[in-house]
Amino acid sequence: MIAARLQAQAFDIAAEQAALLAGRTDLGAAVAFTGLVRADDGLVALTLEHYPAMTLAQMQAIADEAAARWPGVFGTAIHRHGRLLPGEAIVLVVTASSHRGDAFAAAQYLMDWLKTHAPFWKREEWADGTARWVEAKVEDDAAAARWD
Amino acid sequence: MVQLVYFAWVREMVGTDAETLALPAHVTTVAELLDWLATRSDGHAAALADRSRIRVAVDQQFAGADTAISGAREIAIFPPVTGG
Repeated sequence: MIAARLQAQAFDIAAEQAALLAGRTDLGAAVAFTGLVRADDGLVALTLEHYPAMTLAQMQAIADEAAARWPGVFGTAIHRHGRLLPGEAIVLVVTASSHRGDAFAAAQYLMDWLKTHAPFWKREEWADGTARWVEAKVEDDAAAARWD
Repeated sequence: MVQLVYFAWVREMVGTDAETLALPAHVTTVAELLDWLATRSDGHAAALADRSRIRVAVDQQFAGADTAISGAREIAIFPPVTGG
């Protein structure tokens, strides 16, 4: 089971990993990936818009596909929305399995697909008062496509 | 009647986040919908000018140009996604 969550508020990485692992003694590996707002030159904020009627269902479909591909992997995938500042966390993927290979692979798959197949759009605000929508990157599509 | 919803710069260029429209009988696919919508205003035309930068979901499922829209309740139009 990999559970997807969508929220505006910040998440606690240690608490999320502890909750995932609570009571388990059969797991030998846990991987935690956090995506952050990077302060590119003059960036003051990043707003994540999303499609409320679709986003969580699409995130869970991606999580379910990862769970089907790596049946021994357990996990949590959390994506934030709203206006975030440089240094804040945007997305968290925690995976756990009996051995590290599957946990690493499932975490990478989840991130590649959350970036390219979940309905979020990033809007950058700059110090000079301008704003622009982030363009999708071909390398992100290529990263997602390698799992096909 | 179908509910159309727009996101990101498509929403800004169209000038609204949603509108409810009765579609003409000849509009039966995503591609035909985009062609028809582009005739509705300068904002719609500008937003939809480059179809390679437009993505669509029909009733919350990603769709292609040939996807049928008959009976759809909600059609979302937006740029390529940039989450993560």
